[in-house]
Amino acid sequence: MSGPSTYEPKTGFTRWLDSRLPIVRLGWDSFVDFPTPRNLNYWWTFGGVLAIFLMIQIVTGIVLAMHYVPHVDHAFESVQRIRRDVPFGWLLQSLHANGASFFFIAVYIHMFRGLYYGSYKAPRELLWILGVVIYLLMMATGFLGYTLPWGQMSFWGATVITNLFGAIPVVGEALREWLWGGFSVGGATLNRFFSLHYLLPFVIAGVVGLHIWALHVPGNGNPTGIEVKTKKDTLPFHPYYTVKDGFAILVFLTVFLAFAFFMPNVLGHADNFIPADSLVTPSHIVPEWYYLPFYAILRAITFDIGPIDARLGGVLAMFGSIGILFVLPWLDTSPIRSMRYRPIARWFFLIFVAACLALGWCGAKNPDDIIIAMGTDAEGHATGFTVLTFAQILTAYYFAYFLVILPVLGFTERPKPRPASIEASVLGDNAAQPAQ
Amino acid sequence: MTITRILAVSAALLVSAPALAAEGEQHHPEQHDWTFAGPFGTFDRDQLQRGFQVYQEVCAACHGLDMMSFRNLGEEGGPFYDPEYPNPNDNEVVRWIAEQYVITDGPDDLGEMFERPGIPADSFPNPYPNPQAARASNGGALPPDLSLIVNARHDGANYVRSLLLGYGHEAPEGVTVRPGQYYNPYFPGGLLAMGPQLTEGRVSYTTPEGGEEVEATPEQMAEDVVAFLAWATDPHATERKRTGLIVLIYMLILCGLTWFAYRQVWSNQEH
Repeated sequence: MSGPSTYEPKTGFTRWLDSRLPIVRLGWDSFVDFPTPRNLNYWWTFGGVLAIFLMIQIVTGIVLAMHYVPHVDHAFESVQRIRRDVPFGWLLQSLHANGASFFFIAVYIHMFRGLYYGSYKAPRELLWILGVVIYLLMMATGFLGYTLPWGQMSFWGATVITNLFGAIPVVGEALREWLWGGFSVGGATLNRFFSLHYLLPFVIAGVVGLHIWALHVPGNGNPTGIEVKTKKDTLPFHPYYTVKDGFAILVFLTVFLAFAFFMPNVLGHADNFIPADSLVTPSHIVPEWYYLPFYAILRAITFDIGPIDARLGGVLAMFGSIGILFVLPWLDTSPIRSMRYRPIARWFFLIFVAACLALGWCGAKNPDDIIIAMGTDAEGHATGFTVLTFAQILTAYYFAYFLVILPVLGFTERPKPRPASIEASVLGDNAAQPAQ
Repeated sequence: MTITRILAVSAALLVSAPALAAEGEQHHPEQHDWTFAGPFGTFDRDQLQRGFQVYQEVCAACHGLDMMSFRNLGEEGGPFYDPEYPNPNDNEVVRWIAEQYVITDGPDDLGEMFERPGIPADSFPNPYPNPQAARASNGGALPPDLSLIVNARHDGANYVRSLLLGYGHEAPEGVTVRPGQYYNPYFPGGLLAMGPQLTEGRVSYTTPEGGEEVEATPEQMAEDVVAFLAWATDPHATERKRTGLIVLIYMLILCGLTWFAYRQVWSNQEH
């Protein structure tokens, strides 16, 4: 779809450069003349938002690293020094901490967009898989970064998550000590977490390069899921999508800045303003909000499955819930990309989104909390429908969506008629193409 | 189906919420109207000065303020900020306050530690030499550092105020108050080693020149010291909100202009 390059160097210097290193040509073909479907809606603007947030995180992070001290005795205080004494340190720290949250909000919207419009289907399987790799790297980076302020939640969150690796049979214990660099989360852990937290964003940037490369070979998908057929289906990326993405990015940044300036601590946890103490366990350890659905899945497995004990089962379910995304292109059997034309699948999709949000809610609650009280047991304790049961139902749905619903619907669902082309859909000419 | 389930869940939560606050449970902090609340809220300078006085004369006997230096008191937004002294180290009031403290410094050229009066660059000295000494003096309990207390507790400002004024309740059945312990329903678990502190007349406020006379009632002292601690937790709060307002106005104008640019660019294209 990229087609032949339309770049024509106009000056002597650009001609000279173009015959040696055609970097201006690359930029022109990728971000100026790049043919883009004319019907992209605002759900397609989050790729641009994510690129901006990666840059914000790297720039603010590099400056913060100039003032941060990765040592168990000084880390907590050094973050306070940044907030109190470094010129505009309060702003940098707030942008970086809230930036992580908004990075995840954007990536979740971007991923749900991909799920709804079938962006993972051929020929974009690798594009999707690279995206899942980026998401995994983001999860790792966010987790490592949350450890650095060395507050109570930093320490205990790191303890809970690294302990998960101990559940892996045979190598688990050794792996966990290797991660810690000792026999518990401590000084060595903090140092290596800082080192890796600095490294991973650049790995992300590299994979983002591959992600954009893999995007620019087949070109953008679009809300109809119908491939570009003629030149009339597309518009050049610039100025049409630079201005549309630009507008969306600015609106998203405005919401982000409202949080960074007026509610800097709302998305965090009060306990992280208490210095880490290995002798005092917080009453309720919760990870950052963006991990909560996976935390709920982890805790939902409370029973042994054959030879797999509950602890390992939880860990497998948690990693499996992300791992399953890698094979999604082959689990969804429907030839129709966009759920606009899949009347049944779209309902299951909406329930899936609600289930993910509800799992997040369960992750923040105590599993034994009772949602709907139903009397008391023999000892007088209240019983009823607990958060745990709710999370178990939601976890079952999460996996069923990928393993049962999408594979089966591809065969049983009768899709709605689709427009003949992007151009036809834009002109409202729904000259229906016979449903397959 | 899921939507009805979520609605049912939310309804159940609303109904069960008051039941959770039953006897013996931790009370939710009482909500108070703070001058520093909300996007436009600012600190009242006189109140910060009174709050500092309460901290100094009451809290400082047991609680440190480790993250604060005397100079912070004279920084913009602080209780003793004076535009005449842009460098708070020159501020006369701050220098005077610092001089009242004895700071251990050293070692000197002979390897000896020595004592000297404080200077604005010194941080507030901790009342105890180490946590063990603090515990030994407080029946095993460690008085928390107050420099971050308002951020380190959920709904911190309301929590600290409610806790300070929350004594005098009868301990519910099943809760045994041992010697050296006090019952306070706002504290997690209900039992703490700190007794009621803000008694009538504990502090005598001096009326600043041209200022209004303020009576040192327990409620007034609690409100004042919480305002001071809220400022100490986040000394750049006022600057942050002021900058944020300008940034948001700028962003909204930029969004508006970009929207018109978008309409203009796309005006001749069906999409």
